[in-house]
Formats: sequence, C-alpha cells, structure tokens
Amino acid sequence: MDTTLKVEDLHKKFGAVEVLKGVSLEARTGDVIAMIGSSGSGKSTLLRCINLLETPNSGRVYVNGELIRMKPLQDGTAKPEDIKQVERIRSKLAMVFQSFNLWTHRTILENVIEAPIHVLGLPRKEAIERAEILLAKVGIAEKRNFYPNHLSGGQQQRAAIARALAMEPSVLLFDEPTSALDPELIGEVLQVMRKLAEEGRTMLVVTHEIGFARDVASEIVFLHKGQIEEKGPPREVIGSPKSERLRQFLSATRH
Amino acid sequence: MDQASLFSLLSFGPDGWGMRFVEGLVVTVEVSVAAYCISLILGLIGAGAKLSNSKVARGIADLYTTLVRALPELLLLLLIYFSGADALKFILSLISEDFEDFEINTFAAAVAALGFIGGAYMTEVMRGAILSIPNSQIEAAKACGMSRFLTLRRVILPQMLRYALPGMGNLWLSATKDSSLISVLGNTQDLLFMGYRASAVTKHYGFFYSVAAILFLAITIISMIVIKMLEARVNRGYR
Ligand SMILES: Nc1ncnc2c1ncn2[C@@H]1O[C@H](COP(=O)(O)OP(=O)(O)OP(=O)(O)O)[C@@H](O)[C@H]1O
Ligand SMILES: [Mg+2]
Repeated sequence: MDTTLKVEDLHKKFGAVEVLKGVSLEARTGDVIAMIGSSGSGKSTLLRCINLLETPNSGRVYVNGELIRMKPLQDGTAKPEDIKQVERIRSKLAMVFQSFNLWTHRTILENVIEAPIHVLGLPRKEAIERAEILLAKVGIAEKRNFYPNHLSGGQQQRAAIARALAMEPSVLLFDEPTSALDPELIGEVLQVMRKLAEEGRTMLVVTHEIGFARDVASEIVFLHKGQIEEKGPPREVIGSPKSERLRQFLSATRH
Repeated sequence: MDQASLFSLLSFGPDGWGMRFVEGLVVTVEVSVAAYCISLILGLIGAGAKLSNSKVARGIADLYTTLVRALPELLLLLLIYFSGADALKFILSLISEDFEDFEINTFAAAVAALGFIGGAYMTEVMRGAILSIPNSQIEAAKACGMSRFLTLRRVILPQMLRYALPGMGNLWLSATKDSSLISVLGNTQDLLFMGYRASAVTKHYGFFYSVAAILFLAITIISMIVIKMLEARVNRGYR
C-alpha cells in the first residue's frame, strides 16, 4: 500500500530545549495511528511540525511521496524553501485542534466552505453542497447558520471535523480533539472519528482516550520525552507493554 | 430683536444664513470623511509597520505616532499645512516653471493634514486590535493552506474590525470635531467658519455659535447611532 505520510528523523528545539529528538513515523493509506504520551512529551509539537505550524530544526516530512523542501539556516533552525509548496501540502493535511479553532466571525456553514472556495478554488455552489453533506454526516446540519460560540463544544468540534473533511485531505491530524470537552460530549465526537476510521481515512490522532485508541487505531505510538518509546498494534502496546514507562503511563491514565 | 426675527436670520432666502449653514455642514462632513479615509489607510499601514519584522519600518511608525501624539493638533495642522505646502511648491518648481504660481487647494491640504494626524491614532487602534485576535484563529487559516494575504483578508481584517470598532468610532467623532480646526486656515466655509461669519456680521454671537453647536451635536448623534449599528453587526456571533 502507498505511504501517505512519512516522517523521518524529526528534530525540534525551542531555544536550547530539544522537544523532538529524532521521531520517525509512517502512515499508509487508511492507517489510523493513535499517539499517546504524557503531557509535555512533544505530541502537539510533532503534529505541528508535520504541517509546518512549527518549523522543525531538521528531518523530513513526505506527504503522498512529496518531500516538503526545507532550507537549513546558520543558527541551526530551518525554514521552508517554498512557502507555496507548504501551503499546497497544508491543504492536504487537515488539522483538528483541541480547542476547535473555528472562525468565530463566520457561521458553521461559512467555516466549512471557506477554504474549499478560497484555497481550492471550488465554485461556491459546489462548496455548499459538499458542506451540507458533511454537516449532515457529523450530525449538525440544522446548526449550519449558527455562529460557533452558540454551539456546544461537542458540536463545535464536529463542525471543525466537517471543516477539515471539506478539504478532502490525504491525512487528518487530530490534536487531542476531545480534551477540551465535557465528559458527556466526548462520545459524540469519538463516534464521528470512529466512522471516519471505518471509511478508511488516513488519520494521525493524539489522544488520551486509551479505549478509543485500542478499538480504532491500526497502530499505537507512545511518545516519551520527544522520542518514540514504543509502537505497534494496539493489542500488543496496550495489552502487553514492553517499556516500563509505558506501563506506568497506562496505569496512570486507566486508573 | 425679538425671537421671530432672530430665527428669520436663519431663513433659506437670500438674506438668511440657513443655506450657508447647510453648506458649512456639508463641508465639515466632507472634510471629516476624507480625512478619516486617509487616516484609515495610514492606520492600516502604520499598524502593519509596527507589527512587522523590519526594524526600519517599526522605527518610522514609532516616530510617526510619537510625534503626532506629542504635539498639539492645531500646531501640527499649521505645521503640516504650511511646511507641506512649501515643500510641495519647491518640489514642483524643480520639475517645471509652469508651477511657479501654483496655489495649494486649502481643502485638499487641510484634509491631508487632518488625515495624517488621525492616521497616528488609527495606527494604535489597529495595532491593538490585531494583537487582540487569538493566534488560534490565524493558525486555523494557516493549517488549511491559506496564504498570508488570504489570511489577512479573510480572517485578520474582519476579526480586527470587532476589536477596533470602538476605537475607530471614537476617532470618527474626533475627526468631525477636529475638522473645525481648519477654520484657522482662512476662508474654509466649514460649519465653525460659518458660525463665526454669521456672528461677526449680525453681532448675534450667542445665537449663531449655538446653531453651529447644535449642528455638530446632530452629526455626533447620527454618528453614534450608526456606530451602534455597526458594532451590533460585527458582534454577531459573539453574544
Ligand atoms: N512555542 C513553544 N515555545 C517554547 N516551548 C514550547 C513551545 N511549545 C511547546 N513547548 C514545550 O515543548 C514541550 C512539548 O510540548 P507539547 O505541547 O508538544 O507537548 P504535548 O505532548 O502535546 O503535551 P500535552 O499532552 O500537555 O498537550 C513542552 O515542554 C512545552 O513546554
Ligand atoms: Mg498537546
């Protein structure tokens, strides 16, 4: 099968602190990779380096086989060689944020059609048709003319997922999509994500929901202090963790 | 003179001052609108410069806002009006002798000067407004592949409006009042100038200055209603 997303030896420093210490990762089409790890282990940073919201110091990211070209700078950091390429690749990597980040000045429908019209150049009518199908799919079709602040967190996150899907991305990146939600709202979002996984979408999901990771992921990656400490099929990683740190992490999260 | 004849001085006929005051009102509104538009453009450029990575741009913008805010507005107006006019004349005379007796249009020069002053205050309002936009809103735009320009146009400017509108409204109210400063430049035909002329001719100072005051108040009240409506509009979705 094709490799949709490939990360090789990614390093990221904030000042003198190295937050990612050479992370490699590969997602083939249809893979659902769940990334777990304690707070501060670098999970968000890794996701943000993949779509260049943070610029990694070194390492390579391939999307659909295309390398994001980077230019090393003298001070040890790097910068993208071609911002147009980065923008094009970002449109293939949809990101779902922990705090939704819907545009507060636009309605739900406007949020979903925004990038398809202005980035992909889709005709408005087509973008609206696509958006309505997606909003129905995540179960908030009747909220389409509401503003984000007038929706519950769960509804906002489902809208954000619809917005991500509207780009017809190659990979969906989720950064703790349920961590900002009240417990009773987590289920509705996980259910949508489950559906996406069943459809064969390629997903990289940072999550604290061990149950979700176990049931849905094709692979679980445990990040510890900026390095991948353990990875494998959920049954092995959750069922019989090899690393002592992973064992501690799991017993702490599962209580 | 009794009440009735006082008001007859305000008639719209050939002997009354009514029409002159309407003309003055129009000039005041024109000067204010034109100066305000210039200040919007300068404010946007100034805010962009203040938030840019370029040291030079930041330095120039800081100098601009510091100078304008340090000096009395009337002094600035006179300074820009006269030295600006001289500078322009000098430059034009270098280009061609045809401009020897070039006279600067008072209206245009006054508008430019007021716009320049307003632009400094607008720079601060807009800079603050841009800084108030949560970074997450901009990241969401980046993450779906929007270019910097698209992000500016579709996310930053519309969101900035919400934070900037109260300040922008205040600056508009100042602009309408500051426009009266141009009456010191001579025959400007604005509202305050008309009040002055009518008073001087008829010796009914209290009455005609009150008429000017009431018209200024009318501009302010109408403006405040419009500003309220605009604020309600940009705040849709926030309460
Ligand atoms: N912009 C930044 N500047 C400086 N340090 C940062 C920055 N972003 C993250 N860090 C640091 O990098 C480390 C990793 O952060 P990151 O957000 O990737 O962790 P995480 O695994 O996502 O944690 P959490 O589970 O709490 O979200 C942390 O120590 C954090 O303080
Ligand atoms: Mg995080």
